[in-house]
Amino acid sequence: MAISIQTADFDVGLEVNQLRNARKNIGAVVFFVGYVRDLSTDQTITHMILEHYPGMTEKSLEAIINQAKNRWDIIDASVIHRVGTLYAGEQIVLVAVCGAHRREAFLACEFIMDYLKTDAPFWKKEVTPTNEFWVEAKTTDDDAKARWSSENMTK
Amino acid sequence: MMKIKILYFARIKETLKFSSEDLEFPDESLSVLKLKAYLAKRNDTWQQMLMGKLKVRGAINHELVDDAALIHDGDEVAFFPPVTGG
Repeated sequence: MAISIQTADFDVGLEVNQLRNARKNIGAVVFFVGYVRDLSTDQTITHMILEHYPGMTEKSLEAIINQAKNRWDIIDASVIHRVGTLYAGEQIVLVAVCGAHRREAFLACEFIMDYLKTDAPFWKKEVTPTNEFWVEAKTTDDDAKARWSSENMTK
Repeated sequence: MMKIKILYFARIKETLKFSSEDLEFPDESLSVLKLKAYLAKRNDTWQQMLMGKLKVRGAINHELVDDAALIHDGDEVAFFPPVTGG
């Protein structure tokens, strides 16, 4: 399991190879990459600043990955999340999951991302030339997490 | 007496102009809610940030907790808005 909170960008291909680590029992890798969008209602946004809670962030991501491992038959997972100043179009997050089969890897990847959104202590601030705004949490993210508790998502 | 550390993040930290502090409390049962109510008495800004309409999440020793959770000697408590990563 690899968890990294970093200001630097990451190379998805490199990260996926490191996760696979040449293991021949891996039949599937599923990954999600999140990017900083330029789609805010305020068109003057120049960049974003990401803050996190050092220590708790790593611990919460580890707990989320362990939950996914307990729930599905996956082999390993890694999460990279960037912090600091980020511009539109930049990569912000990577969740990669490997397993013997695709189905478990798909589900675990989405599960980890949904839980990261509601439980991992990161905060985004949008910056314009004259002001700064903290991004509000979305209830749709809570809904996305909640559906993992319903019966039909357990398998 | 018990000693605790409190950390503040994001909007709460910026508005309070406070990122962390060490406090001492008498050795009695101290819940997260009780701590928030104590801090909120400092002034209107603290009241708004910790006991107002905005949602506040709390953590003890890096674990998310609810208002009823009890704080113990040496704990690191944190208050922050709902998270917005990813």
